[in-house]
Amino acid sequence: MNRVLRWTWSLVLWEILCGLGITLRYFFRPKATINYPFEKNPTSARFRGEHALRRYPNGEERCIACKLCEAVCPAQAITIEAEPREDGSRRTTRYDIDMVKCIYCGLCEEACPVDAIVEGPNFEYATETREELLYDKQKLLDNGDRWEPELARRLELDAPYR
Amino acid sequence: MIQNLAFYLFSFILLASAVMVVTNRNPVHAVLFLILGFVNAAVLFLLAGAEFLAFILAIVYVGAVAVLFLFVVMMLDVDFASLHEGFQRYAPVGALVALIMFAELAFIAGSWAIAPAGGADRLFPTPTDVSNTVALGQLIYTAYLPLFQLSGVILLVAMIGAIVLTHRDRKRSLHQNISAQHARTPEQTLVMIRSPLGEGVALPQTQKEEETL
Amino acid sequence: MMPFWDTYIGILILTVLKTLALVVPLLIGVAYLTYFERKVMGAIQLRKGPNVVGPFGLWQPFADALKMLTKETIIPTGADKVLFVLAPMITFGLAIIAWAVIPVNNGWGIANINVGVLYLFAISSLGVYGVIIAGWASNSKYAFLGALRSAAQMVSYEVSMGFVMVTVLILAGSLNLNSIVLAQKHIWFAVPLFPLFIIFFISGLAETNRAPFDLAEGESEIVAGFFVEYSAMSFALFFLGEYANMIMISGMTTVLFLGGWLSPLPFLPSGVLWFLIKVFICLFVFVWVRATLPRYRYDQLMALGWKVFLPISLVYLVAVAGVVEYFGWLPHA
Repeated sequence: MNRVLRWTWSLVLWEILCGLGITLRYFFRPKATINYPFEKNPTSARFRGEHALRRYPNGEERCIACKLCEAVCPAQAITIEAEPREDGSRRTTRYDIDMVKCIYCGLCEEACPVDAIVEGPNFEYATETREELLYDKQKLLDNGDRWEPELARRLELDAPYR
Repeated sequence: MIQNLAFYLFSFILLASAVMVVTNRNPVHAVLFLILGFVNAAVLFLLAGAEFLAFILAIVYVGAVAVLFLFVVMMLDVDFASLHEGFQRYAPVGALVALIMFAELAFIAGSWAIAPAGGADRLFPTPTDVSNTVALGQLIYTAYLPLFQLSGVILLVAMIGAIVLTHRDRKRSLHQNISAQHARTPEQTLVMIRSPLGEGVALPQTQKEEETL
Repeated sequence: MMPFWDTYIGILILTVLKTLALVVPLLIGVAYLTYFERKVMGAIQLRKGPNVVGPFGLWQPFADALKMLTKETIIPTGADKVLFVLAPMITFGLAIIAWAVIPVNNGWGIANINVGVLYLFAISSLGVYGVIIAGWASNSKYAFLGALRSAAQMVSYEVSMGFVMVTVLILAGSLNLNSIVLAQKHIWFAVPLFPLFIIFFISGLAETNRAPFDLAEGESEIVAGFFVEYSAMSFALFFLGEYANMIMISGMTTVLFLGGWLSPLPFLPSGVLWFLIKVFICLFVFVWVRATLPRYRYDQLMALGWKVFLPISLVYLVAVAGVVEYFGWLPHA
C-alpha cells in the first residue's frame, strides 16, 4: 500500500517542484557579481601581489644587498649582484626578479631586514610577452615609487601582528 | 500549369533519388537518398490533394522508419566488395528478368485505359464534400473497422514476437532498481548509536542488503 | 481580369511578404533568446549575465553573431564534406519552416492548412536528421555517439508526444491549428489534460535536446556531442536552430494547450500579444528548468520515455476518448 502511495506521489514531481522553487527564489535574490574592472573586492593588508623595492623618505634606496631574499627564495626567482658604491656603502648593481618563476610566497618580504623588498597590493600587471615579466632593479624601484603610500600603510597596518 | 511543373520536378527528383539509392556505393548516402525519395513521394501526395497521407508518410517513414534504417546502416560496416561478388555471374539472369518485367509493363501500359464508367462502379465513390482526413476516417472506422483492427492486432503480435525473440533476461546484471532506491527511508539504512566516552561500541547486526531493498 | 493579388505573381509576392513578416521577428527573437537565457541563468546563479555590450548588454547577440561570422569554418579531414555542410542548414531550416502553420492570431498563420498538427509533428520528427547527419559526417567518435543518443532519444519521445497530440485532437475535433485554438474558447486544454500538458512539455525538452535531456551534447561526457567538430557559421546555425526549436516547441505548447492567442481573462481582448506572452512564459520555464536540473543518465532517459510517459499518455488517451464518447461531448458528432 505504502509503495502504491509513494508511486502515486512521485507523479506529482514534488522534488522537482521544490528544486524549481529554490532556483526561483535565487532568481530574485540580489546578485553577487562584482563588475570587475570598475569594482573590486577589498584586499587584505597582507595580500601578496606585485613586488616593489622601497626607498627611504630621503630618496635613498633601502636595499643593502644582504642577499637574504635571494637565499630564502624557494623558487630561486631572485638574482642579486652587489658591490660598494662610490661613497663606500654596499648597494646592489643588479636586482632581478623573474616574475614567471615567483610563487608569491612572501618569504623575501619576511627575510628583508630593512623592509626594502615588499609585495604590494597590485595584481593587475599581466603582459603580452614573457620578457616583460623579467623585472629588473629599475622596474622594481619604479614600482616602489608608484605604490609607496599604500606600501607604507600596509606595513603600518600589519605591524601590530609582527 | 504550376502544378504540372511541380509534379514533373518532384517526380523527377523522386526517380533520380531512387536511382541513386540503388547505385550509390556509400550505404549511408543511399539511405539519405531513400529519405529524399520519401519526402518527394510525400510532396507528390500533397500535389494530388491527399495531405493526410502525405504527412503520415513523412511522419512514419521519414520520421521513424528511416531513422532506424540510418541508425543501423551507420553502425554497420558493410563491405561492398563482397556484396558485389558474383555480380558478373548473375548479371545475365538479372537482365533477362528485368527485360521480361519491362516488356510486361510496356505491354500493359500500351493497351491500358480507364473504363469510362469505372468511377461510378467503385465500392466507395470519392467524397467531395469532406476533407480527405475525414473521408479516410469514415472508411477505416466504419466500413473497414474489423480489417483495420485486425491489422493492428497483427502488428501487435509482430511486436511482441520481436520482443520475445530478442529479450534476454540477464539475472546477474547489476542494474539499478530505481523504485527500490526511492523507497528507502532513513530508518532502514541509518542506525544511531550512542558511544560512551573511552569505550568502543559493537556494530549492531545490520540487515542484509536484499531485505531492505 | 483577376485582381492582382489572385494572380500567381501576386500570391507569390504576398507569401514572401508574409514569410518575411514572420521570419524576421522570429530570427531577432532567436538572437535575443540566447541573451535572455544567459540573463536568466545568470540571475538564478546570482550573477548578472551579459551587461557590457550596449545598455544592459542588449547588443550582446549581435556581438556574438559578428564573432561567429569572422571565425574560420573548419571542415575536418575525413569528413563527408557535403553532408557536413548540409547538416546545420537542415537543423536551422526545419526549425524555421515549422512556423508556417502556427497561428499567432486568429487566421494569421502563413498557411492555414487542414492538417497543421500533422505538419508540425512531421517537421519536428525530421529535426533528428540534422543531428544524425552532423554526427556521422563529422567522422568523429564523440559526434557519432551524440548523434546516436539523439536519434534514439528523439524517436522515443516522439511516440508519447504523438499520443498527447492525438488526445488534443479528440477534444478539438480538428487537425487545423486555428480550429484547435478556437476550440479552447471556454477552457484551455491544459486544464482537463493537465498531466498530458506536463508530459508534452517534458517531451518537448527532450525533442529540442535541452537540459535535462541534453545527452546529445553532454559537454561533460562527450565534449559537445554531435557538433563537436563544427565552428564558425555552421556552429552558429546549430546553436540558433536549437533556440529556434525551443521557440517552436513553446509555440506548439501554446497553441495546443494554452489557448493560443485567446485571452485568459474574459474582459481583456484576445490578440497576438497573448500568444507572445504565453510563448515567453514557456521559454522562461525552458531556461528555468535548465538552470535547475542536472542531466539525466541515458538509461533513465529511455526508461522515462517508454515506461512512464508512454503508458500514462496511452491510458489518458483511452480515458479521454471514453469519457468524451460516453457523455457525447465529441465535437462535430
